[in-house]
Amino acid sequence: MGQRIGMEVSIAVSHAVQLARAEAIAAYPITPQTHIVEHLSSLVANGELEAEFVTVESEHSAMSACVGSAATGARTYTATSSQGLALMHEILFIASGMRLPIVMSVANRALSAPLNIWNDHGDIMAEKDIGWIQVFVENGQESFDHHIMAFKIAENHQVLLPTIINLDGFILTHVVEPLEMLSQETVDKFLPPLVPYHRLDHKKPVTMGAFALPELYAETKMAHQVALTNSYQPILEVWREWGELTGRHYHPVEHYRTEGAKVLLLIMGSLAEVAEVAVDEMQDAGQAVGLIKPRLWRPFPFQDLRQALAGAELVIVCDRAMSLGGAANPVMAEVRSALYPLAKKPPVLGYAVGLGGRDVQPQAFKDLVAHALSEIKQGPSEEYYMVGVRG
Amino acid sequence: MSKAWDQVTWQELEIGGVLTEPGSARAYRTGDWRSMHPVWDKTRCLKCGVCWTVCPEAGISEEPDGYFEMNDYCKGCGICAKECVTGCITMVPEEG
Amino acid sequence: MIEIRFHGRGGQGAVTSVELLALAAIEEGKFAQGFPSFGPERRGAPVMAFCRVDDRHIRLRCKILQPDVVVVLDASLLGIQNPPADLKPHGIIVLNTHKSPGEIRQEYGYTHTLALVDANQIAREVLGVPIVNTAMTGALLKATGVVKMESLEAPLKERFGPLAGKNFNAVKAAYEATIIEER
Repeated sequence: MGQRIGMEVSIAVSHAVQLARAEAIAAYPITPQTHIVEHLSSLVANGELEAEFVTVESEHSAMSACVGSAATGARTYTATSSQGLALMHEILFIASGMRLPIVMSVANRALSAPLNIWNDHGDIMAEKDIGWIQVFVENGQESFDHHIMAFKIAENHQVLLPTIINLDGFILTHVVEPLEMLSQETVDKFLPPLVPYHRLDHKKPVTMGAFALPELYAETKMAHQVALTNSYQPILEVWREWGELTGRHYHPVEHYRTEGAKVLLLIMGSLAEVAEVAVDEMQDAGQAVGLIKPRLWRPFPFQDLRQALAGAELVIVCDRAMSLGGAANPVMAEVRSALYPLAKKPPVLGYAVGLGGRDVQPQAFKDLVAHALSEIKQGPSEEYYMVGVRG
Repeated sequence: MSKAWDQVTWQELEIGGVLTEPGSARAYRTGDWRSMHPVWDKTRCLKCGVCWTVCPEAGISEEPDGYFEMNDYCKGCGICAKECVTGCITMVPEEG
Repeated sequence: MIEIRFHGRGGQGAVTSVELLALAAIEEGKFAQGFPSFGPERRGAPVMAFCRVDDRHIRLRCKILQPDVVVVLDASLLGIQNPPADLKPHGIIVLNTHKSPGEIRQEYGYTHTLALVDANQIAREVLGVPIVNTAMTGALLKATGVVKMESLEAPLKERFGPLAGKNFNAVKAAYEATIIEER
């Protein structure tokens, strides 16, 4: 239905934002997000996108400007990575607490120090608690699709929450791939103009970002928690609509060759596709290993994950980040936590894979499955493992 | 709000904690705890408006006749008296 | 699936090559992937770029180890990096050189199929500058037929604008001039 086209994924994301008719973009460049915002600034400069493009002096300012612009009722977008996301940190909580439907791309990149511009999930795992909706994509088509859907989800009056789309820096942002580009007409039908729930308007003044004493703060957090948890259904509804429109159906947790698989690998993001190749090779060799690929990270998809994992004999969580000195790697921790209340739950082992953009070949997954199986047999020798460390 | 604010349930909160009633700060009379207040000697007041300009609290209002008077928000800080061009403002202790 | 790895120096256009190839393959209805070995390399530093072409969605996103083809834009890299070290036994080395296959085999001991062209000369003649990426793409096409010549036209126009014509000529000239010697 759309046009099959080869395109760098960053450019595809820019086009998604253009098709979504973003009205205000405030962004600061950081590798590997740069192509997204550079192209958007060209589109705005050429008049191909009618939007305000604010070139701010830092990511802290970028998110601050986004909060301001979303508060006035403009469809607002930004993108960042790594240190930029970290620099926005304090404002991220404010954006979600104020229930502003900002959409942000995070081109996932490792955090300094040492300085590393390559892909891992360290940046976004440091922002688990910001109260935003968070989604992971695996390839160019998903990057394009989910950015358009993000606006519809965020702006839904039952939701009203800022939304992050995580795409792996360089691995996705800088690859030329085929994907189906949709027409403006199609996107307009799917995504109507933003109708703000609250907006700053001198004709009808309100106060935003007010102060809450101890007697009120917990209630505001409950309201936010309920909104984020309940955004699950509206998210699925938007994904369902997209599935009908494009034939591409997305789920909170994706399964790959899990029927009859007693050992399940679990990973998020583009490395999931590489893991699929490994799973194919293992299954061809007679090993019943399947793959679980969570897509919806926030709100956490408890039921989908429990359903996916409860029957397994071993779950191997591959994190793209660590929680240094912590009880587990980030995704591993949440998977274990979600499984804990179950009467019958599989053991969960955790591996940190591909940190700082380390190349991960399918063989690496096969090796870590073998390692996990041996660890489970003899009793795990460590709380969690790091893959491919020399020394 | 009809309910006392420390009795409000989470469901009753406005989304995003937005305060939909504008100008609600007006209800908070910051003059309640002042220990002194300004008094103008109108025989020497030029109606220049410096006192009104420098007041940090919007605690001074312009009267219809062009002179200035404190209002319910004056905290008695004394900046107006200090800055008055003719020195016609005196800070006077509150009773009680 | 065919996996092609370009070796060049920053600024020689290795990344552009894989992107053009990927776009050409996608034009033909195939699935393709073109991406650089990401890094903040300065001009002149050795770089690699990767291209995969297949008739279904490509899920590998890692670096290409054991390529089917290595394309070397700059022969000075042969001594430094040994690009064909992990080339598949039946793989092809596409090399920018004025030397003959015999001389190359003598000098480096390669046993793979060789596809050689003096891309420096072609680039200088046709483009006026020694930027060899489009010429080497022509050599690659001659050696592998990975995409049709015509499929490069639209990507070249999109990428090079007014210079597309000259670059297409470089592709064609190199295609004609490339000598292939089987293993």
